Amino acid sequence: MPAVPSQERVREIIADHMALEGPLLPIFHALQAEYGHVPQLAIPVIAEVLNIGRAEVHGTMSFYHDFREEPAGRHVVKLCRAEACQAAGSDRVADHARETLGVDWHETTKNGAVTLEPVFCLGLCACGPAAMVDGKVVGLVTKKRFDKIISEIDA
Amino acid sequence: MSLRVYISRDAAAKACGAEELVAAVRAEAAKRGQDVTIIRNGSRGMVWLEPLLEVATPGGRTGFGMVGADDVPSLFDANFGDHPKAVGLVEEIPFFKTQTRLTFARCGRTDPLSMADYEAEGGLNGLRKALAMTGAEILKEVTDSGLRGRGGAGFPTGIKWKTVHEAQADQKYIVCNADEGDSATFADRMIMEGDPFVLIEGMAIAGVAVGATKGYVYIRSEYPDAIEVMGEALTIARAKGLLGSSLLGSGRTFDMEIRVGAGAYVCGEETSLLNSLEGKRGIVRAKPPLPALQGFMGKPTVVNNVISLATIPVIMDKGAGFYRDFGLGRSRGTIPIQIAGNVKFGGLYETAFGLTLGQIVNEIGGGTFSGRPVKAVQVGGPLGAYFPPALFDTPFGYEEFAGKDGLIGHAGITVFDERTDMLKMARFAMEFCAIESCGKCTPCRIGAVRGVETVDRIAAGDPSAMPILRDLCHTMKLGSLCALGGFTPYPVMSALTHFPDDFARSKEAAE
Repeated sequence: MPAVPSQERVREIIADHMALEGPLLPIFHALQAEYGHVPQLAIPVIAEVLNIGRAEVHGTMSFYHDFREEPAGRHVVKLCRAEACQAAGSDRVADHARETLGVDWHETTKNGAVTLEPVFCLGLCACGPAAMVDGKVVGLVTKKRFDKIISEIDA
Repeated sequence: MSLRVYISRDAAAKACGAEELVAAVRAEAAKRGQDVTIIRNGSRGMVWLEPLLEVATPGGRTGFGMVGADDVPSLFDANFGDHPKAVGLVEEIPFFKTQTRLTFARCGRTDPLSMADYEAEGGLNGLRKALAMTGAEILKEVTDSGLRGRGGAGFPTGIKWKTVHEAQADQKYIVCNADEGDSATFADRMIMEGDPFVLIEGMAIAGVAVGATKGYVYIRSEYPDAIEVMGEALTIARAKGLLGSSLLGSGRTFDMEIRVGAGAYVCGEETSLLNSLEGKRGIVRAKPPLPALQGFMGKPTVVNNVISLATIPVIMDKGAGFYRDFGLGRSRGTIPIQIAGNVKFGGLYETAFGLTLGQIVNEIGGGTFSGRPVKAVQVGGPLGAYFPPALFDTPFGYEEFAGKDGLIGHAGITVFDERTDMLKMARFAMEFCAIESCGKCTPCRIGAVRGVETVDRIAAGDPSAMPILRDLCHTMKLGSLCALGGFTPYPVMSALTHFPDDFARSKEAAE
């Protein structure tokens, strides 16, 4: 389980990145790696240390699809929706995924196990439909293979 | 004598089961008490054969394609010889043998993180030569090679470098655009995972040429494997003097950092990328000022695509003339064509410019995977036009594709079979633009949303929406600062132009 965010730890994480040119994205990534999301309490702290407005910090964070305001489910399954995977039949897998999990894109199953997200290209365009399951790449995803993935991670 | 087995560490190989295969080979070797060395090479680019297992033999490396973990015991039984999965000598497979591999010369052959392998196959020759030259001499070589930006825009690399070279500043930067977001493209990923030192060497040469001492590689977060390999490669490169305060002992300084994107497609546009790198929202900047004069942190900056930079070492090593002799018209050298989607032989095929689209799709790609006729081919990613088979005689080159209202972009090709609904693809292009628009230009931000609605009206059998869609595309094309809003009309208009039947929906059919 990710740690509970604290001011002190957030300040440490920010301090670790202050030598970088343009440290804001690396800070967001580090916070998300630690907590599974970018905690709200970090926003004013980042603003203070970087000497920029809170709105600027929030606006930057919310611009990027990757950064979460809330933790995801225990597992994150990303299905590629881009053209090459569509040509290989990803729409059918996506419909099946949403139906069997009972969620739409960006939502988490009721038991908190799986968050389903769209992704636009994983660079696995010659072995699609492609997916990323908890950061690991999977190719040639059929409905059957999707069910297998879910049964394995949900076990 | 230990048996040398090669199994790629490329993400596409992993996605097809390479990790499970490695584990199975290790376990089987241990069970049999056989001495097996597994080398994790880069990808050969023959993705349809993954996981591809290669074995070193006196006659060259022989391969076994689409090998599952359950094939491993029988492979050992056959002593890695006669086996149903055997594909023969890997470099004799037509898809591989007929390529002209300059940029990808080592990819798949070597251990990506072995500097010894890298040097044994020509690595560092380019940088050594560059270090003995003046900046102006390097620029001349790059300019004379005819190399144009492989990210899609096709701007002459030498001219961009010259602008940065001539700019006066206390700090200049080399920024590598590794935000390869276009569907059907994976050349950047493949080279970063399969031959990372070539990109580092290319960036170091760029730094020496223009007087930049600091570089950044902006890699998209969707590429965790590339990020990992590049990170390890940087550490090795520093230890071996390919980076640092004295490049190969020359006294010249160049070092670099990896930065990770955060899921915004628009950050593949160079000015958005620079803003993102600076820690801002990835909003497009108006040009001028050019990034070459006011780029990262307002300093003169070379922003180049991965493939452009990774091609520099071979140009410096073999000379501008060698490289320029490949290609056609104003498209010089080679291009790694990525063949994807519904295709039989999907993968990366590096060749001189000039093959026709039909040769690429039907001869190299082998037609569709489904066995059905090809309906359309999208060239150049989500902002590229859909080409019908009637245009398959178009030669692969920047101007040649522009002449047919298309673009080669980053040279990704997606094949679609006859079941594809082109109206749906046009709608998707607008939907994608709406999701990924940075919001700076109104025609892109609002137009893409209206575009989806307008396509939906056409789908519902309202032909009066057709001229509105054309008009909207015209406005987006002319009224957007970057290629996202400006080029989304390519897939939409090409779908409309070449596949009018898919848009001619009667009200009854729609209901």
